[in-house]
Amino acid sequence: MSLINSVPEMVVTTKIDEVLNWSRKSSVWYMLFGLACCAIEMMQTGGPRADLDRFGAVPRATPRQSDMMIIAGTLTLKMALRTKVLYDQMPDPKYVISMGSCSNCGGLFQLAYSVCDGVDKVIPVDVYVPGCPPRPEALTEGLLKLQEKMMQERWLVKKTSTEEAARAA
Amino acid sequence: MTPTEVYQKLRERFGEAIGSFNEKALDPYFLVRPEAIVEVCRFCKEDPTLAFDCLSNMSGVDYLKENKIQVVYHLYSYPHRHKIVVKVDVPRENPTMPSVEGIWKAANWQEREIYDLLGVTFTGHPDLRRLLMPEDWIGHPLRKDFVEPEEYHGISTRRESLLK
Repeated sequence: MSLINSVPEMVVTTKIDEVLNWSRKSSVWYMLFGLACCAIEMMQTGGPRADLDRFGAVPRATPRQSDMMIIAGTLTLKMALRTKVLYDQMPDPKYVISMGSCSNCGGLFQLAYSVCDGVDKVIPVDVYVPGCPPRPEALTEGLLKLQEKMMQERWLVKKTSTEEAARAA
Repeated sequence: MTPTEVYQKLRERFGEAIGSFNEKALDPYFLVRPEAIVEVCRFCKEDPTLAFDCLSNMSGVDYLKENKIQVVYHLYSYPHRHKIVVKVDVPRENPTMPSVEGIWKAANWQEREIYDLLGVTFTGHPDLRRLLMPEDWIGHPLRKDFVEPEEYHGISTRRESLLK
């Protein structure tokens, strides 16, 4: 306490991790990428009423400028390979929100011959948003959950756990 | 023209190439031999009393027990406002028939879809590739004896039910 009392009032003390995470979570640029009807709700979420911009999330037209990918819609096997390519093009750190039943588990089309039942079979997923399709509020909640998750990351601590090691690899 | 009149006109013109006629069906239809389909379709489009200028639908059905694939054409005439259904039977093994893409451009993607899902080869089609499934897909999914592969490029196509 004596240290904090000794510095002027305009100085805020924090941890470097917190600053990194706070700046990172405040500019989650997501890739403008929709697969099916969920993409319509995603557009609504980016629109003025739900307004994802409030949380620093703006759409980018290329994976090379994106931090986050919203898988919005039914993922076909044909598209699954292309989605993997898009994901690989994104720079680290990168995050994935799986939006809606179809990308969570195949949903209504799970038994169809052409549908990949779950985007997590192709790329790692951070947040699953249930719904068919999820309302803009639900997707906004998904983004907030992702931001909570981002705030818990410790980039300066050496990665030891297998999960994080797998993520870094 | 009623469907019966259409059938009689075509029967007079093409004789044995036109098969049996079913007028009791919701959409009356008749069968055509595969090798005659292009001539029949061209006549249907260009004859002024028939003038079927619109191929409103084209699809395929797999009849496993009868060992045949049926290709179905739904024709509609905007000038005369009459319609007819034409069906063509092809064998399940190596099904091949001529393309009508030269008559109605609408047939282009429809024939690609039938080729993709049922495996019917349309000779004379300018660009016969798969339409819906990936290019390297093996098999034709709408065939009744199609077995879904276990995986595709390392992606498993199975998922355990969460309800167990």
